[in-house]
Amino acid sequence: MDIFVCLKQVPDTNRVQVDETTGVLKRDGVSSKLNPYDLFALETALRLRERHGGKVAVGTMGPPQAEAVVREAYWMGADEGYVFSDRRLGGADVLATSYALSQAIRRAGDFDLILCGKQTTDGDTAQVGPALAEHLDIPHAAWVSNIEVDGDGVAVEQQLQSEVLTAWMPFPCLVTVEQDIYMPRLPSLKAARAVRDRPVAVLNLDAFWDTDPRHYGLSGSATQVERIFPPENDVRRETWAEDGAADRLRAMLEKMGLMKKGGGACGADRDHRAEM
Amino acid sequence: MARIAIIERKCDRCGACVRHCPFQGLDAENGCPEPNAACRVCGICIKVCPRQAIVRLETKVESVDKSLWRDILVVAEAAGGALHPVSLELIGKAKELAAEVDFRVKVLLIGSGISKLAEELRHYGADEIAVYDDPGLSFFRADAFAACAEDYIKSAKPSVVLVGATSLGRSLAPRLSTRFHTGLTADCTRLEMRANTDLVQIRPAFGGNIMAQIVTPGTRPQFATVRYRVMEAPERCAEPSGAVAVRKIPKAVAASPVRHIRTQPIPPAANISEAEVLVVGGRGLKKQADLEMVQKLAAALGGEWAVSRPLVEKGWATNARQIGLSGRTVRPKLIITCGVSGAIQFAACMNKSERIVAINVDPEAPIFDVAHVAIVGDLYKILPRLLERPEENPT
Repeated sequence: MDIFVCLKQVPDTNRVQVDETTGVLKRDGVSSKLNPYDLFALETALRLRERHGGKVAVGTMGPPQAEAVVREAYWMGADEGYVFSDRRLGGADVLATSYALSQAIRRAGDFDLILCGKQTTDGDTAQVGPALAEHLDIPHAAWVSNIEVDGDGVAVEQQLQSEVLTAWMPFPCLVTVEQDIYMPRLPSLKAARAVRDRPVAVLNLDAFWDTDPRHYGLSGSATQVERIFPPENDVRRETWAEDGAADRLRAMLEKMGLMKKGGGACGADRDHRAEM
Repeated sequence: MARIAIIERKCDRCGACVRHCPFQGLDAENGCPEPNAACRVCGICIKVCPRQAIVRLETKVESVDKSLWRDILVVAEAAGGALHPVSLELIGKAKELAAEVDFRVKVLLIGSGISKLAEELRHYGADEIAVYDDPGLSFFRADAFAACAEDYIKSAKPSVVLVGATSLGRSLAPRLSTRFHTGLTADCTRLEMRANTDLVQIRPAFGGNIMAQIVTPGTRPQFATVRYRVMEAPERCAEPSGAVAVRKIPKAVAASPVRHIRTQPIPPAANISEAEVLVVGGRGLKKQADLEMVQKLAAALGGEWAVSRPLVEKGWATNARQIGLSGRTVRPKLIITCGVSGAIQFAACMNKSERIVAINVDPEAPIFDVAHVAIVGDLYKILPRLLERPEENPT
């Protein structure tokens, strides 16, 4: 079984800068790391390989420096890696990003299973995985906390809000995994030495089936960031010092009918709705 | 726009595609066939290829006549036999947006045995409720649900599609927006409608430090997801309105290869999104046992307790109790935060609470920017006194 794991290099910090004219995130000059959610996808791939054989390929779209996250995946045990790097891919939204990934993965090989982390820590949208499955025209399952190979497909346990839904999908398919699926292994120093010379393939747009640059990056994006602004804040506020704060708070809670005079609670056990 | 591509590795040079192409749109001079300028992307080659080596590559539509796309569609969710309240919140928001540009509000409901829920939806002021009701839709399969939504969107041509940012919605919406080669904006916290029908979508971006204003200027529909408890739910009207349109089930539902194995309901647990009173513990708590003060106060107020991200990372509480971009959004009547610094990822998910009381020793803590009552003090001095029983109370 051949597995492809999507990786992303994300800023190591939340203090990021935005290009004021284009509204695009500036990624230069900020230290980067592998998106932590991707570790769970990679670990899942390695476990499946241990049980069922095959290979684990990883790939990331980003600048040439994104090779670092592919190397990290090698240290954990990935067999081959790709960086999809091209200036023309930059500034992409969900549509253009997932399209570029679909093109790149088709070039990288023929995979039974594509694994993604549930989301990234910089975009936080959790949208690229399902969008990629749509471009590849394969079924997908999101929020998966357990995966078992079953015949010519996988049984996946999806964490929906009010239920855990287990379903079977045929290969090829795409799965985004939750962080409780497997504890990621630590990169091995021994492995790092062994894979020091393992090449990382770099593909640019000219290697894709669709080489029209208008379909990628900023120009291939359907959404446009018009403006970036700090969160608004127009709260009317009163500030209390520590002395006497407990009593003032008690008085306030009593006035709201949440506490009985003198301190006893009057909130009865409430009927909480099932989590939805 | 689309084009045909041949996967060289899979092609065994049998020539079937070249022979069957009605337009002489494929050349095979160098072995593996390649589409030429005559290709009309009819897809016959895809069907005749015995090796599935030919694919259609979709690319985005360059521009769209916006006047052809009208109305606002809300994709309602009926998981576990009940309407998800986010669906009602979205109908309320859709009505506001629709009024700006004289659009109607339509609701799409997909599931099995959902006619009662469709009737219930008539009480929230939508103009039409489209229903896809079929045993094949009794469990969530993104492909089958997307096929139904695609069918309806193609016929109704909505300008805007709003989807709840639930697990289901966040799995379905990207498939749909991609199918229509259009934009999707996740977790919008504010939506506004422009006269030219462009939807202004505002969301916390880049980890939540900054708000981004996003539009989808050249394509339709404009897809947006909104989290539960971000928009206000409309009042239920006693009189039903709008018609229920029962739609024919697309063939793709029966054709879906995804099979149901089992559904296990998650046992009803404390739900911080539903609580009207929340007491929240943060990094200012020194040890796990101190969380008990937070729990006690929550119980005393008839509310629930919650935590900020650091406490989940320490393993003191589960993700279900976490407020924040990686946890839940809450909008209670009262929220008391104890030792929470209030990073924007946290604040963005609770700043719509009716009354915010923040306790923190650091007067510079960002939580005070969103608090209505800012208590600059030590939670270890304030909480124990607040929790004193009447007989111990010196007054």
